[in-house]
Amino acid sequence: MRYSGFRVIMEGLRGNTGWQPVWREPDPKPEYDIIIIGGGGHGLATAHYLAGTHGITNVAVLEKGWLGSGNAGRNTTIVRSNYLLPDNQPFYELSMKLWEGLEQDLNYNAMMSQRGIVNLFHSDAQRDAAVRRGNAMLMAGADAVLLDQDGIRRMCPWLDYDNARFPIHGGLLQPRAGTARHDAVVWGYARAADARGVDLIQNCEVTGFHIEGGTCRGVETTRGPIRAQKVAACVAGSSSRLMSQAGMRLPIESHVLQAFVSEGLKPVLPGVVTFGAGHLYISQSDKGGLVFGGNLDGYNSYAQRGNLPVVEDVCEGAMALMPMIGRARLLRMWGGVMDMSMDGSPFICKTHIDGLYFNGGWCYGGFKATPGSGYCYAHLLATDQPHPVAGAFRLDRFTRGAPIDEKGEGAQPNLH
Amino acid sequence: MTGTNRIPGGLIDRDKPLGFTFNGRAFQGFAGDTLASALIANGQRLIGRSFKYHRPRGIFTAGPEEPNALVELRTGASQEPNTRATTTELFEGLNARSQNHRGSLKYDIMAVNDLFARFLSAGFYYKTFMWPKSFWERVYEPIIRASAGLGRLSMQADPDHYDKGFLHCDVLIIGAGPAGLQAALSAGRAGVRVILADEDFRMGGRLNAERCEVAGTGGATWAAAAVAELESMGNVRLMTRTTVYGVFDHGIYGALERNTDHLPDAAGAPRQTLWRIYAGRSVLATGATERSVAFGNNDRPGVMLAGAVRAYVNRYGATPGRRVAVFTNNDDGWRTARDLRAHGIEIAAVIDSRTDTAPNPFPEVKTLFGEAVAETCGRGGLREIITTGGKRISADCLAVSGGWTPNLHLTCHLGGKPVWRDDLAAFVPGNALPPGMRVAGAAAGQMTLARCLQEGDAAGRAVAEDLGRAAPAANVPKATDEPAGITALWQVKGARGRCWVDLQNDVTTKDITLSHREGFRSVEHLKRYTTLGMATDQGKTSNLPGLALMAEASGKTIPETGTTTFRPPYVPVAIGAFGAGAKGAGFKPVRLTPSHEWARDRGAVFTEAGQWLRAQWYPQPGETDWRTSANREAQTTRNAVGICDVTTLGKIDIKGRDAAAFLNLVYTNGFAKLPVGKVRYGLMLREDGIVYDDGTTSRLGENHFVMTTTTANAGLVYQRLEFARQCLAAHLDVHLISVTDGWAQFAVAGPESRALLQKIVDAGHDISNAAFPYMACGEMTVCGGIRARLFRISFSGELAYEIAVPARYGDSMIRALIAAGEPFGVAPYGTEALGIMRIEKGHPVAAELTGQTTARMLGMARMVSDKKDCIGNVLSRRPEMTAPGQPRLMGFRPVDRAQMLTAGAHFIARGAEAVTENDQGWMTSVAWSPALGHSVGLGFIARGEDRIGEVVRAWDGLRKTDIEVEIVSAHFVDPEGERLRA
Amino acid sequence: MIINHPLLGPRDAAEFTYLGDASLLARPDWQSETAAGDFDAWLHLRDNPAGEHRELWFHEQGDRSWLIVTRNTLTHEITGVEMARDGAPARGTDT
Repeated sequence: MRYSGFRVIMEGLRGNTGWQPVWREPDPKPEYDIIIIGGGGHGLATAHYLAGTHGITNVAVLEKGWLGSGNAGRNTTIVRSNYLLPDNQPFYELSMKLWEGLEQDLNYNAMMSQRGIVNLFHSDAQRDAAVRRGNAMLMAGADAVLLDQDGIRRMCPWLDYDNARFPIHGGLLQPRAGTARHDAVVWGYARAADARGVDLIQNCEVTGFHIEGGTCRGVETTRGPIRAQKVAACVAGSSSRLMSQAGMRLPIESHVLQAFVSEGLKPVLPGVVTFGAGHLYISQSDKGGLVFGGNLDGYNSYAQRGNLPVVEDVCEGAMALMPMIGRARLLRMWGGVMDMSMDGSPFICKTHIDGLYFNGGWCYGGFKATPGSGYCYAHLLATDQPHPVAGAFRLDRFTRGAPIDEKGEGAQPNLH
Repeated sequence: MTGTNRIPGGLIDRDKPLGFTFNGRAFQGFAGDTLASALIANGQRLIGRSFKYHRPRGIFTAGPEEPNALVELRTGASQEPNTRATTTELFEGLNARSQNHRGSLKYDIMAVNDLFARFLSAGFYYKTFMWPKSFWERVYEPIIRASAGLGRLSMQADPDHYDKGFLHCDVLIIGAGPAGLQAALSAGRAGVRVILADEDFRMGGRLNAERCEVAGTGGATWAAAAVAELESMGNVRLMTRTTVYGVFDHGIYGALERNTDHLPDAAGAPRQTLWRIYAGRSVLATGATERSVAFGNNDRPGVMLAGAVRAYVNRYGATPGRRVAVFTNNDDGWRTARDLRAHGIEIAAVIDSRTDTAPNPFPEVKTLFGEAVAETCGRGGLREIITTGGKRISADCLAVSGGWTPNLHLTCHLGGKPVWRDDLAAFVPGNALPPGMRVAGAAAGQMTLARCLQEGDAAGRAVAEDLGRAAPAANVPKATDEPAGITALWQVKGARGRCWVDLQNDVTTKDITLSHREGFRSVEHLKRYTTLGMATDQGKTSNLPGLALMAEASGKTIPETGTTTFRPPYVPVAIGAFGAGAKGAGFKPVRLTPSHEWARDRGAVFTEAGQWLRAQWYPQPGETDWRTSANREAQTTRNAVGICDVTTLGKIDIKGRDAAAFLNLVYTNGFAKLPVGKVRYGLMLREDGIVYDDGTTSRLGENHFVMTTTTANAGLVYQRLEFARQCLAAHLDVHLISVTDGWAQFAVAGPESRALLQKIVDAGHDISNAAFPYMACGEMTVCGGIRARLFRISFSGELAYEIAVPARYGDSMIRALIAAGEPFGVAPYGTEALGIMRIEKGHPVAAELTGQTTARMLGMARMVSDKKDCIGNVLSRRPEMTAPGQPRLMGFRPVDRAQMLTAGAHFIARGAEAVTENDQGWMTSVAWSPALGHSVGLGFIARGEDRIGEVVRAWDGLRKTDIEVEIVSAHFVDPEGERLRA
Repeated sequence: MIINHPLLGPRDAAEFTYLGDASLLARPDWQSETAAGDFDAWLHLRDNPAGEHRELWFHEQGDRSWLIVTRNTLTHEITGVEMARDGAPARGTDT
């Protein structure tokens, strides 16, 4: 069923009784060409590009809970390609280009809203670092604009310029960055993959791998064994738990990241604002809620919830930056479990077990990577070659001495 | 205007009238009113507009669950959007406006949305607005954004301030209704330290809203007496206007106290206080929230929850209608009829959807059993209802009761899952409660007054027993159990028109059916697709009905379909309260250097260096830009003498028999053989082989070293040293103490620095070049007996020293140094001149030590000893970190010397395109060198050490410059280091 | 969260900074033939359990001691706290 404004009107006139399920609810078949473990944004995007780009449709996506129940539905919805390192930026820029055509590709409005992201800086040293980054972005074909304080004032006149503890000197703007409706991304990919014949199997938890002679032949699940030529893990947040069933230890810790949303408000924010002197990024959803977040709580956790010190830290940053939001109310707080890798960068690669592939370690940057991750993972699964822009996302990079450490914090995941 | 719907009685103070305005109209209420009760008393039915369809809405509840009656409160910078009229205490001069309409409240032009409702069903926006592509940001989205949202922020800084506080108690009792009050009495009487918190401004909960009898007196009277007894106890703290909004790990509860929201003016007091309450135990006595039933146009102003109707007539002396109909599926609905009757208010009819009910206790009242309300009528407000039996009943208020849902929110905050009880048609708390929590009263599904009192007493006594107190005997005041039977009814079969489930977000039964039809069948998919329960009321009245309707659509039971769960906060909390104290300068502490006052008086310009404020430059009369001042300071230092406060560098005293061995572990280079009285530069790696920090370490005695770190890393290096000491080398005899704040330290640099210091250092200390050469250090006295440490080290590249005195002498020291330097033309210099001189010397700082830099990149690979163990040495030798072609720190100068370099530019070959594949490195730091008369830069470039003299481009596309630069040594000034040894 | 410091009693977790898995105490032998692999695995690979986790916390706003805290990563319940120097391996890193 193709979606359009015309269809909305026609179905509306018929009492909205003609709409079809967005996905089937199939039982698992005994065998697939490829099994994708994890029905989040990345797994579903992988399925979509396997089917759409590579013509591989005998694919199952196995989801432990409901589609999008992990971090795809718990993030702050920011989309950007403003990375520094050459191993990262081309990948995120590819992802950005896929975002820009997503609605037309999926025939689903994920509300990709390119209203810009500005990273504020507060000192000459931070400005110099921002310029280095901005130039790296331009060289990778992305967009970047350096704003001085007047430029920021024109965008956000209500920031605290006069009494701030850390005065705003300027900011690095990526105009094409923005936000997207996170759940809709999941549903859009799911619907598109399902339409091409991919089986999306919910409430199906993987409980083990079938590994024979160093080759993975399938998985054990709560709905029975399923065989496959290739098994693709895609469960960021739970990667260590899943891959330990294949005997693997990963360069990953699981950490909780909290996020917050305010009550609905008439439009306030023009795009995404990131506060460098505090730990805050904030945007406004189409429904009017201010969506914001900050640092990790800092300790290993699988609990999908955090504690007060970070809540207060984030809101303190908000009050320091934009004291006008004092009377807005925080409506909900929640936590997601992040695959925090040792250098803050992800993995899309083969494992030492033939037929078993790994995608994870997205830290808290996974949402923006959804299309790129799916596209490059599908490329790897279909061709057994890494996509050129994702070639550095390998598990062995620490052994080789080639970490991709954007923040320069070293092997301490909670600092990335 | 006087209160047309005022009736006698209630807990308002008729001697204290309060004037207020709503949408500019003046009204009067009384002390003890909420804004909602005062509006009801004045006959104001239309209060606001709904989120999506802009439907007219009135007051629906009498508490924090209110979905409809949201207003913008106060004016100017104090404007507060989305404020519930039902929990806003009335004060003199209160100014409230309705929100979310264009045009007047009565004639909102956005109400046109309602006419197109059939095209705006759940999730319609995911299916359209995709063509043409460019229209999304430019056309569709701005329209959606403008019509969405609710209230408006003032866009001005919040003028109020907020406070944070910490409280400790044996037991936190949440909710001061019958269960909570009785729990507090029983625990308090046993001597337990109790905090009793209630969100209302008057304790008593439903006792204040019901006509009931406790211990032979009225419920409200009993509650007041209980409060008075609790107030008399020294071990009980009562907190009204305090909402416990969340449960966090290890017995930490978040609470918000509203100090001044009920006053016309905060008068300097904190508006709200965010409390963190540390309680080993808690009693959750938060009662229950009533819910509605889905029937046609059940959102019309005048349709109100039955319990809220009772609250308004009993507590506030205000009747929501003159002719009230009651629609119920449970016994509790009948209490509304009973109370209305007692107040002499006409009852249009009681419609009880149950068929198996006892006969009507009020024979004169029209009663319809086994029927339901199918539809309501009335433009702008209820005028008539139509039953499923086709009867038309005129009424201006419909009191609806679909049953009560326990307020178990806080039991879920640590992951607890509620369990379903068919007999209550509601979820109750599961077994996995937050540690130390008990649940009592209606929150636990104990739905009658006598049960609430009993269970509250039991909880209070159990807490006392837990704590080893002599538990008092059960002492439960007498009360009667009302009947509390219910037969679940979620939606009326045969309803006509649209039936609302989530009033605020405009989710109807059709949206839930559609959600099911389209495959969004898990509870979370339902919520996310339809936005059910996502509004500011957090679905307090809608989550369960929504879930029940999905269960009906799926043909499953409610527990099979899912559960409701909750996250903090229980009610929305002002961001200002969470961020209390952080406005302006309050955001982070300010650290001031010992010379700060002196520098300020001299007109210094300051800059932030982490939490520190450091002098950036010292303008002199006639100097109008920083560059002039900084150049003068640098040149004065190179030609005469300059002084800079370097107290901000981290300083760590290291003592012990194994201090040298310890330094060997934490530094890449050796310190065991450093003689006493000497300083050595040290390079510190992380275990992954990346440079972490650098600095100098001085050996003041055989077993005593003092280490300096960079300003930024002072705390982190100390933490890492303690890790090495306690965790990696616990067998070593070594002790550490951070003395950063203990010593004021000044760099004295320039050819005249020795002559200057000779005037400061006490006689008997020889600091001649022979006796105190480059890299010497020693303890001595200055200025007539003041203890000091002198280090002959140089960051500027000149003959230079750093002198440290106890911090309390810092201010005197800067004044003494400047006075002593007068004859030599001394100049204080700030961080700008410091930066210029260090770039001229090629010293790396944070701009170069980014956490991605290896020793090899700095040309210091040989400093990483392979003869000893040190942190980072093994992994620094990983293959790709030692492969050829690594970037190397080099100097750069413009081929055209008149051109200015920019930091952050990337290096590319001449003629190459500026793309990632051609990226050879980047410029880290630049300065205009007064010593050389042109711009100089430092940067990393691939294989730089082999490329001296080569010309490349410094491409800064961001600032649109593209400059040819020559690769040179990073040491621009005095590369042989003759000056610093002079 | 609250950490029950062995010397100082219950302290708010906000006084502490967190490092990670207590296996970081077992620093490999730099002179071993397998040192390169040992250090790589020690620094980079984690069990990352969903359940009981022994982990290192630094009492930065307190007595500056490093603690080994046993905490459940699913519930955050803390079942043990000890001084790291008591739990550190006896083997030294003498030079």
